[in-house]
Amino acid sequence: MAEMMYWEAIRRAQDEEMANDPMVFLMGEDIGVAGGTYKATQGLYKKYGEHRVIDTPISENGFTGLGIGASFLGARPIIEIMSVNFAWLAMDQIFNTAAKVRYMSGGQLEAPVVVRSPGGTAHQLGSQHSARMEKVFMGIAGLRVVTPSNPRQAYGLIKSAVRCNDPVFINEHERMYNMKGEVPDEEFFHPLEGSDIARPGRDVTLFGYNISVHWCLQAAETLAKTYGIEAEVVDLYALNPLDRAGIRESVTRTHRAVIVEEAEPAVGVGAEVMAIINEECFFELDAAPVRVSALNVPIPYNHKLEVAALPDVDDVVNAVRGMFGL
Amino acid sequence: MKVADKKRVLREMLFARRFEERCYEAYVERKIGGFLHLYPGEEACAFGVLEAARAGHDYVITSYRDHVHAIKSGADPKEVMAELYGKETGVSKGRGGSMHIFDVKHRFMGGYALVGGPFPLAAGIAKAIQMKGGDEICICFLGDAANNQGTFHESLNMAKLWNLPVLYVCENNLYGIGTRIDRSTAVVDQYKRVSGYNIPSAQEDGQDIELVYKAATKAVNHVRSGKGPYFLELMTYRYRGHSMSDSNAYRAKTEERMWSKRDPVIMLRDRLIDAGQITLREYKHMDTEILDEIENRIIAFAESSSEPDVAGVENYVLAENDPWVKGGVH
Repeated sequence: MAEMMYWEAIRRAQDEEMANDPMVFLMGEDIGVAGGTYKATQGLYKKYGEHRVIDTPISENGFTGLGIGASFLGARPIIEIMSVNFAWLAMDQIFNTAAKVRYMSGGQLEAPVVVRSPGGTAHQLGSQHSARMEKVFMGIAGLRVVTPSNPRQAYGLIKSAVRCNDPVFINEHERMYNMKGEVPDEEFFHPLEGSDIARPGRDVTLFGYNISVHWCLQAAETLAKTYGIEAEVVDLYALNPLDRAGIRESVTRTHRAVIVEEAEPAVGVGAEVMAIINEECFFELDAAPVRVSALNVPIPYNHKLEVAALPDVDDVVNAVRGMFGL
Repeated sequence: MKVADKKRVLREMLFARRFEERCYEAYVERKIGGFLHLYPGEEACAFGVLEAARAGHDYVITSYRDHVHAIKSGADPKEVMAELYGKETGVSKGRGGSMHIFDVKHRFMGGYALVGGPFPLAAGIAKAIQMKGGDEICICFLGDAANNQGTFHESLNMAKLWNLPVLYVCENNLYGIGTRIDRSTAVVDQYKRVSGYNIPSAQEDGQDIELVYKAATKAVNHVRSGKGPYFLELMTYRYRGHSMSDSNAYRAKTEERMWSKRDPVIMLRDRLIDAGQITLREYKHMDTEILDEIENRIIAFAESSSEPDVAGVENYVLAENDPWVKGGVH
């Protein structure tokens, strides 16, 4: 078991999949000669050449559509969109083609593309570089959405996504590329569906995904030490489809739920998880579920304003305290 | 074109014309739903180009005006009609409809309903051909109005940059839905617009199939020989509105009359008659046979086919039993 950074895990997965299948190729802005904005493709241009590690023009909809078209013939493109904010420009091809082509062709065509992109806020990147778009992607029928919270998941999810015959959107995070974690030395494939219990508990479930899993884990420590509340943390690494059974089982154990998301609350992960709780296990609840979300504002540039707009560990702790009347 | 080929293509084009006219009737009868975009007037474009290519070998992709391109690529017309009727026996199992005809076994890669959407898909198909090392090419048919989408410019740039084997055919019917080209487009001659990407191009009369065939042969040879993309603009006209919901009130009657004199089917017919290669009587007999085939074989098949089982409404959303969803086979 080696410790590596999130970006190194992504790089390793891509390297292995390229070595495994000559039809796997990488496309994106600055991923080749420059090695990738987040180093996730470092060294691969030299190893596999310009035809398989392709520096694209800044044409997100164009190169995403090109990757999708190539996948129709059995190619396995991994498309890196430099920032999820730019994925809006590629939404036509992701939404209208990749997600729908299997269905509207009656099963004749499929688009086994992987689109990787960092979402989330970083440090004072301003409104147009701080989007959290997972809520948009997870609502699209025909598109799988996964979002790794650690290097192990990042590695294993990419491996499975490349081989899966569905289009998969991988929502990474700007602030997580340098996060360290253990990744098994031997090859492994992470399931694209389900959820993980990141910390077992009995009093309340904290649902997180991607970066918010870490806020939940920190909040759980504080809740245990300070208030004697044992929180279970559930890592929703798959956002489409969401793990209905996993959500039901955890809430049935703890009878309370807090959903923590970095995005604005409307039509988001929190709203969807709450709906699932309602549908699956409403009568198990001892308290109304709560969501911890960003404010409903474009992300500001000023540091203090930015912090104010985003949820943090204290917000999670306070949400649980409120639930217990503490 | 050889005489035998011209006679065969005349029959195929007349078939396409009668097929589309019958679609119109079926739409009026409410047998066909949704949007319906018909091809009469433009037949020489698809037939001329695909005669010059290798049907079933080369890949074809197009817009929502797609029935005739699919049939010429090898799709069974009765399965295309069944698709329009929304039946399980349709090419796309009733899930696609008029705008989404697919017949992948004949390498007809589909009709797409976002204007300009197929530009990058075609480049991607060409990229995969290049990776596999085959001699196929990808032919992308789109209308003139699609060229005002960003995908046009993005795709031409990449196609040239990476020398992809893709032929873009612009069927310039002079209107983007109801807006005449000179009111939407700064440069009216579409073949000139690709010079900015250093892609060779040509403009040709899209009503004369022999001229289309000749221009397309040159274009296809260019692309197949590994010289990269090519852009062929064909000047044509659709005899009906953009779709069935289009009242077609924006075009001058004098203009319509002028183009009706340049009907691609009639032009070829008269040429063959003048050369003594067919008689008017033979042509009329052929027409009767075609009408009979459409009614008794194609419409009958569509009418008598079953609709999809409602229990299957969730099929084809995701791959079935894909092992990698569970983390692979261990």
